[in-house]
Amino acid sequence: MTREPPILQFDRVAREFSGGVRAVDGVTLSLAPGSFTALIGPSGCGKTTLLRLVARLDSPTAGRVEAGEATVSQSVCFQDPRLLPWRRVVDNVALPLELAGVPLAERHASALDVLQAAGLAHASRMLPAQLSGGMRMRVALARALVTQPQVLLLDEPCSAVDEFTRMQLDTEILRTWRTCGATTLLVTHSVSEAVWLADRVVVMAKGRVHADHVVQVERAERDRGGAAFIGEVEHCMRLLAAASGAASNGKAA
Amino acid sequence: MSATASAIRAVAWPLLGVAIVLGVWQIGVMVSGVAHYLLPPPSAIARAMWESRDMLTAAMGRTALGAAIGFICAAAAGILLGSVIALIPLLRRSLYPLATVLQMVPVVAVAPLLQLWVDNGLPMAILSAAIVALFPVLAATIDGQASVDPGLRELFKLYGASPLRRWWKLDFPWSVPATVTGLRIAAGLAVIGAVVGEFVSGYGGTRAPLGIVIQAAMRDARTDLVFAAVALTTVVGFALFGAISFVGWLLVSRWHASAVNESEDQR
Repeated sequence: MTREPPILQFDRVAREFSGGVRAVDGVTLSLAPGSFTALIGPSGCGKTTLLRLVARLDSPTAGRVEAGEATVSQSVCFQDPRLLPWRRVVDNVALPLELAGVPLAERHASALDVLQAAGLAHASRMLPAQLSGGMRMRVALARALVTQPQVLLLDEPCSAVDEFTRMQLDTEILRTWRTCGATTLLVTHSVSEAVWLADRVVVMAKGRVHADHVVQVERAERDRGGAAFIGEVEHCMRLLAAASGAASNGKAA
Repeated sequence: MSATASAIRAVAWPLLGVAIVLGVWQIGVMVSGVAHYLLPPPSAIARAMWESRDMLTAAMGRTALGAAIGFICAAAAGILLGSVIALIPLLRRSLYPLATVLQMVPVVAVAPLLQLWVDNGLPMAILSAAIVALFPVLAATIDGQASVDPGLRELFKLYGASPLRRWWKLDFPWSVPATVTGLRIAAGLAVIGAVVGEFVSGYGGTRAPLGIVIQAAMRDARTDLVFAAVALTTVVGFALFGAISFVGWLLVSRWHASAVNESEDQR
């Protein structure tokens, strides 16, 4: 059996900020193509910093983040939608293509395709101010997908929405992953969200990988919310509690 | 409440305020018996305005022309310079403080110098108006472009946008509401600048603008005509301010919080 080479590899990656704060401290991880990995951990454990290093919005102070191929296209969906308020939804979604020099007709067609798939075609001519918070996040997700990235980075996209919208967004994220097949790295505070969406949950504490857990539950069981799913959530909760304990002990020390 | 009703309300309250002030002024002058050459009542000012309507209308047109051209020059230069300064951090650090210091220099003080550089008359009014109106536009443009949401800047970095492209697609449109605010302030100042230019250059005769009408009326102790001319300078300023406000409203009303909040306050 041949094993596919990883699409992304973290090799003893560290990021130290001024004042000696080590947000990421020697993380070694590899992501398989098409995998869905969730990063969870207590606040300040380095999840978002790690994601920013992948997105090249920041640089590691030690170690390397390596792509499996010469060029790996990637997109980010942030916690806040970051839409340009003066642009219509379709123009916001088409922005990455516009900045890449794609002609108008082509980029609009691509943006409308993505909006159609997300069930947002009716809102394509609206301005962001005319949308609900949940719809804005879905537009931001559509914008992240319009370039058909090989790697999709999601930085707590559901953190600022209500529970119902979170469920809608999670369903959207899952549909996207299934249809696009992008390698997905999700940062989240919600253990149940991580277990429901991802096939691997990485628990971080104090900038390090505290636990690396492969979710064993079938998709149907997760959708049902059955005992096996709840068991997995509880297991990850215990891992998170242990990681939080390790983090607070570290602080106390 | 319908849009028409709220529009009527928006106009009715300021008009009521003006009517009250004029009424108190009229009655105050009549009751106190103060000499009309010291403080004419509004009725005398209205009469002077009506009697000299042809001369005042022509003068108002000339002042409006000087102020408008000066304002347009200041707006173009302010937006262009402000954008260049905002785009290049080194220029922002070196030139912005200098611009702040220069705007402290009163235009009245430098007006005699301006006479050395441009002809008296309309060119002088235009230059004076442009100098006074430049700084608010410049400052608003720089501040507007410097205050772009860092999250959006990050987004453009992620998509590999060049600084010039980021300026065109993000910094410039983001700064439009702030620039419009600067333009509104500049509109009022441009009229002040134009009148100062007229005072200094002293061109007159049949082509006298409002500044000269004010000076001539003062010499003739026609205080009612002075007030009439002053009122018309206000009309010019208000017209320029209104035009800029309308253009600004067209540009930002659909998406910017200031316009959305304003319309909600009127409900």
